[in-house]
Amino acid sequence: MSRNVAIVGVGHSKFGVRNDVSLPELAWESIKMALEDSGLEQKDIQYVVVSNVGGWSSEPLPAVVVNEYAGICPTGTVRVEAACASGSAAVKLAYDMVASGHVDIAMAVGVEKMNESPTPTVVEFIGRAGNYFWEFQNFGLTFPGYYALYMTAYMHKYGATEEDFCKVAVKNHYYGARNPKAQFQKEITIEKCMASRYIAWPIKLFDSSPITDGSAAVILASEEVAKQLTDSPVWIRAIGYASDTSNLSKRDTFTSLRAGVIAGEKAYKMAGIDKDKVLNIIDVAEVHDCFTIAEVMAYEDLGFAKRGEGIEMIRNEETYIGGKIPVNLSGGLKAKGHPIAATGEGMIAELTNQLLNRVEKDRQAPIKNGYALAHNIGGTGHYAYVTILSLSKP
Amino acid sequence: MGEEKKTLKDMYDSQMKQFFEFVESMKKSLGVPMFPDMKSGRAQYLDQREITLKFIISIENIKDFFNALAEGKLLATKCENCNEIYFPPQRDCPKCKASGLGWIELSREGELVTFTQINVKPYSFSHYDDYIVGIVRLPEGVNVTAWIREKDPTKLKPGMKMRLEIVKREPEDYYTYEWVPVS
Ligand SMILES: [Zn+2]
Repeated sequence: MSRNVAIVGVGHSKFGVRNDVSLPELAWESIKMALEDSGLEQKDIQYVVVSNVGGWSSEPLPAVVVNEYAGICPTGTVRVEAACASGSAAVKLAYDMVASGHVDIAMAVGVEKMNESPTPTVVEFIGRAGNYFWEFQNFGLTFPGYYALYMTAYMHKYGATEEDFCKVAVKNHYYGARNPKAQFQKEITIEKCMASRYIAWPIKLFDSSPITDGSAAVILASEEVAKQLTDSPVWIRAIGYASDTSNLSKRDTFTSLRAGVIAGEKAYKMAGIDKDKVLNIIDVAEVHDCFTIAEVMAYEDLGFAKRGEGIEMIRNEETYIGGKIPVNLSGGLKAKGHPIAATGEGMIAELTNQLLNRVEKDRQAPIKNGYALAHNIGGTGHYAYVTILSLSKP
Repeated sequence: MGEEKKTLKDMYDSQMKQFFEFVESMKKSLGVPMFPDMKSGRAQYLDQREITLKFIISIENIKDFFNALAEGKLLATKCENCNEIYFPPQRDCPKCKASGLGWIELSREGELVTFTQINVKPYSFSHYDDYIVGIVRLPEGVNVTAWIREKDPTKLKPGMKMRLEIVKREPEDYYTYEWVPVS
């Protein structure tokens, strides 16, 4: 039998160009915050899952480097990779360790220092994240390039325009400007977004998340332990997961991410939520907006909007506070930043704080039902994790 | 045309050269490879080791694909047991677990599914002009990703007919395949 698992502490570093710290120093910022938030000490942590994609950063065994620095040794650890969804994969593994009864307290910590390499090297590494031999080697696709394949298809099928997509960037910068942890804390206009240069046509610089350094940590505990630690645990109600082909040429559709759909449906089923009524239940969501097209597809893949109507949601500002469902009040990957393998824990930390009414007033969602959803995609729909959190116990 | 033009690679290389020269001069005066970040002034250390990645990948079981490519043909594998066609070609059929799949030649015309133009290129592609990558669906039911011979993305539309050509990729000088819009 599976046990209930609660979040008892979260930490989230400032995201951005963090050349003021090394990789273990950056991880420690979040670990320390999470320990203090939970009231736990290092010796209480029984397992640590470290998410880090790396390649662009110097330490090939980041898990042991981070744990030594943080004084969590010889506890037991592992490093996980699920591309940009590594953080959610780390939370899933830590969740399983607690739910299965192997441990009572586990931590997931994500850390990424992308700026340890020059930008062209980082572009090269992320571009290789798909099918290296058949799609990169000869054709040099990039990460924005892969998503541009989706944006071209979506625009053609549903008549969406580049201006429409810029509205996602405007919204996420609006909230990023209100989040002191965000990489970009400046509002932008449609005009500024439209005037930005193409990086992978039709994706422009302002449709794209930046290269980011950052860390985030989440401490999970069994129900018994959580009750002793806090009066306000946030429960993990479901983690849905799915994957898709490495070659994009093997995909059937370019207007939806199949893995995102399946992960969402699994999560809704596990949490007992009817996909058609999701807007009546979820108070706030963080969705994977590595590019503006990705946020629009997420609306549809998660059932926030019907097929082809995701673009209407952003045109009508239905994903701002006060709309049908507020999305990416942190600024999202777009403005808060996207430290690849720390993004997942970053979403969970943000939503925990949202549910507990702990974020800055002008970006705090009204919490009515006490449900929040994190949608974290790895690569170009290669991996997907959808996590549902709630203030009420399963 | 365009041979004297500065490529993105020239720009990347000259930026890196300048940067390394700056760190070298700092190292000479300080005795350690320590330097202030140009924007923030924060102290950084430049790695004194370097690694080159160039992989050696086995194609023993799909070498017929590359031999045929050099003869101007694009091949896929087909499972004689369950009729599944594989592109990219693979030796094994995960559907029915048959192995040693046979080869078929793919049709040369298909329909454009989607495309993009790569403007900010990875370092190892930065010596090329901006290139368009498309995915084309063939009558056999498989999709093929490749460059499209077109400079202007606004001239393309999903649904357009495309013809496949085997071409030499320059300056590397090796055979690959490319889509050409059928006008
Ligand atoms: Zn077969």
